[in-house]
Amino acid sequence: MKLQHLVSTTDLTREQAIAILDTAIEMSKVNQREIKKLPVLRGKTVVNLFYEDSTRTRVSFEVAEKRLSADVVNVSAKGSSVSKGESLKDTVQTLAAISADIVVMRHGSSGAAQYLAESGWFEGAVINAGDGTHEHPTQALLDAYTLRSRIFGDKTGTGLDGLNIAIVGDIAHSRVARSNLHLLKTLGAKVHLIGPPTLLPKALAVQATTSHFNFDEAIEEIKFDAVMMLRIQSERMNAAFFPSESEYSKFWGLTKSRFTRIGDALVMHPGPMNRGLEIESIAADSPNSTVLEQVKNGVSTRMSVLYHLNAAEGDLS
Amino acid sequence: MSFTLKNVQLEDGRITNVSVDGQHISQVGSDQHGEIIDATGLVLLPGFVDLHTHLRQPGFEKSETVSSGSAAAAVGGYTAVHPMANTMPVADNAGVVEQIQRLGEEAGLVEVQPIGAVTVGLNGSMLAELGTMNASKANVTIFSDDGKCVSDPQLMRRALTYVKAFNGVIAQHAQEPRLTENSQMNEGSVSAELGLAGWPAVAEESIIARDIMLAELTGSRLHVCHVSTAGSVEQIRLGKARGVQVTAEVTPHHLLLTEDLARSYDPVFKVNPPLRTQNDVEALRAALIDGTIDVIGTDHAPHPIESKECEWNNAAFGMLGLETAYSIAQLVLIDSGLSNWSRLAQVLSIKPADISGLTGQGQQIVAGAMANLVLVDPASVTKVTGGGQSLSENQPYLGMELPGQVVHTIFRGSFTVRDGILNGRA
Amino acid sequence: MTSRTVLSSSDIDRAITRISHEIVESNKGTKDLVILGIPTRGVWLADRIAKSIADHYPEFEVEESLGRLDATMYRDDLSINPTKAVTPTDIPKGGISGKTVVLVDDVLFSGRTVRAALDALNEFGRPSAVRLAVLVDRGHRELPIRADFVGKNLPTSLDERIFVRLNESDEENSVVIEG
Repeated sequence: MKLQHLVSTTDLTREQAIAILDTAIEMSKVNQREIKKLPVLRGKTVVNLFYEDSTRTRVSFEVAEKRLSADVVNVSAKGSSVSKGESLKDTVQTLAAISADIVVMRHGSSGAAQYLAESGWFEGAVINAGDGTHEHPTQALLDAYTLRSRIFGDKTGTGLDGLNIAIVGDIAHSRVARSNLHLLKTLGAKVHLIGPPTLLPKALAVQATTSHFNFDEAIEEIKFDAVMMLRIQSERMNAAFFPSESEYSKFWGLTKSRFTRIGDALVMHPGPMNRGLEIESIAADSPNSTVLEQVKNGVSTRMSVLYHLNAAEGDLS
Repeated sequence: MSFTLKNVQLEDGRITNVSVDGQHISQVGSDQHGEIIDATGLVLLPGFVDLHTHLRQPGFEKSETVSSGSAAAAVGGYTAVHPMANTMPVADNAGVVEQIQRLGEEAGLVEVQPIGAVTVGLNGSMLAELGTMNASKANVTIFSDDGKCVSDPQLMRRALTYVKAFNGVIAQHAQEPRLTENSQMNEGSVSAELGLAGWPAVAEESIIARDIMLAELTGSRLHVCHVSTAGSVEQIRLGKARGVQVTAEVTPHHLLLTEDLARSYDPVFKVNPPLRTQNDVEALRAALIDGTIDVIGTDHAPHPIESKECEWNNAAFGMLGLETAYSIAQLVLIDSGLSNWSRLAQVLSIKPADISGLTGQGQQIVAGAMANLVLVDPASVTKVTGGGQSLSENQPYLGMELPGQVVHTIFRGSFTVRDGILNGRA
Repeated sequence: MTSRTVLSSSDIDRAITRISHEIVESNKGTKDLVILGIPTRGVWLADRIAKSIADHYPEFEVEESLGRLDATMYRDDLSINPTKAVTPTDIPKGGISGKTVVLVDDVLFSGRTVRAALDALNEFGRPSAVRLAVLVDRGHRELPIRADFVGKNLPTSLDERIFVRLNESDEENSVVIEG
């Protein structure tokens, strides 16, 4: 079964996910050579269609695409409502008319990538670079790659079986949380969701191995292999999801004390970090922190995804 | 024109002939005169009356006009519709409601009885000239800010009290605005997975509970638009048991479709109130059968293509409904074996006409009654394709086969729809 | 469908030995020789060739001279075939610049794998020469590519299939034609 689009981590079987991680290892070697180039996407046109600002993700995709020799076009389409500008349909059909082969899209509306992939407006592959609060599949893949490489080194063919991973923060509004929840489970890990009740929806809690409103109790009960901190946004405070930043960090931040108590667990964060709010500098800058590696691994992982999407119909050989 | 519908079945099961002369039923019995129309296998019902529809004119003629909406209604078996006031300009004064009524008369396909807004410009803060709208040629008796909720409790109390002067009724679109800011679909496990902002059932139920208490306090009539949850049904049941003058309405789509359809992210399924769970669908069906819910109102909500062919968040709320409502009523009340034709006639015609006070509509089939009639064929099947009478195409049942078919619609003694085809059209 | 063995286990051993000697002869010694196997079976063959050279020429260090080159990402048919897994590439520590690289594969057919391997090789440096050693040359070249060292020349027809089995990955050593 060929991977035609990457819209949601639920699109990936365990075999496909592991294959993507394995290929990413080879891609990372290319990224360390003097000539960081592969001809895989030579002559293909890839469009980065970003409706939301994002320097990090866009640059990561752009570098990945260029290292695979693709012709890259960046389209920044601000203003998402139909009344403000061109409709999604018109924008995408324009890209189809210039024979774009792959569209990498970030959009503020949940479901936009799936809608695009099923619309029939465009015949190439769609990669979801983040749609509203729904999914961010390549982030989950690079997080899984980071975890695997830190814990199992360069071992191929392996998942994340049996690892205990905590995801802490605003689960309700986090596409990173949703994508990681699905992918980590697919790879055999045990996922534990932690956050204030207002930000931890029951529907997601039931999909995890455990869920906790109390971070300290969770640390007591479970030996985490990694703790993934999510960025908290101040808009949530203004919408009364929690009363204040100091109360949030007191109960759900990765404080110095909690950092000590999680022992040698890896500290992860998709970035950008609010130092002092959801994560203390001592944790963010420690040797157990994978924050910078996650960024580095983003390029290799995305190169791997592009490589796998480029192929034709048929099983992995 | 004179004609006799031969061998037609009435709602009580009797097979007989019904003759029409001019605008009225002349006889129910064995006599046959004028054009003899073979109605074997068809059921004769009073013409349907929709208490809740959007004709979009004035202001949004791209989506629908009074004329195209009337055509859609006639094809659906309707002889009367009540267009909601959220037009542009809003129907909050005598001038606009009289205009809408006149447009209906010019189209001449159904009786168009406008609904007036409760507040000026639907702003929720200042009462519109309800009395003047009632006294106008449009004779408005139902008032609604539908599209928006009259959320200010003081204003709702005043409105309920005020319309007692002319036996009016306030029809509430129950949606607590603060609980539904930017909501996109029903709040629950599906919305959490899909990452779409949820619309909790309690946003509807809390307003209904409050309004029932207000109606009890003021001794007024209250009508609840498009009830969508089991909890709302419970509130209404309790209110009726206490003797409150509350009537309730359900849409055809809430009797059939559930929130799982949102998984496709296809905005044709985006509607206000949102599609809910299977449990809610079953509670609504049971309530329609046992009388807790009084009528079916289509909430026919046409939208242009660009408002529906886009990302979910940016899409408009609403679905078409006039041309498919009868089939869904047949599915829920007749084909299920759980109710009967009398109940169907009640919910689609008799009770809506009663709530609105329309004379000549929703009547028993007896000699002397105005001939607003519909003949349906319950044995046939309607395959839902595009290209109906509505100017818009946001049809949620596309590709589905629904039971039954409207064969003839008779408006004031004349056929507006004959053998399924709109009169005057190819 | 007939099946015949064209090379037995001992035929393969003799071919390996002969190829190893030919390589050293052509290179006028073992200096600056790098042997790179093309996955999958080229890797086992390269291993055997390197060990055979070391057996006869003790100054040849296998550790420093043996490696593997995965050319998958340089293929010209990636978007028209199902995804191919990419395996590691391992170039010996001394690199390939200024060296004589001997690419090793099991079967030489259209020549496209070798072309991809030449492109892949380019990324790692500039060899002074590149040679090609194959166990079987079955003809039907689509590109102007020629093997320098051949175990056996096997003219075949296009509807025949060649199976190379090596006991590092299969259960026996043989080369079989079916058709």
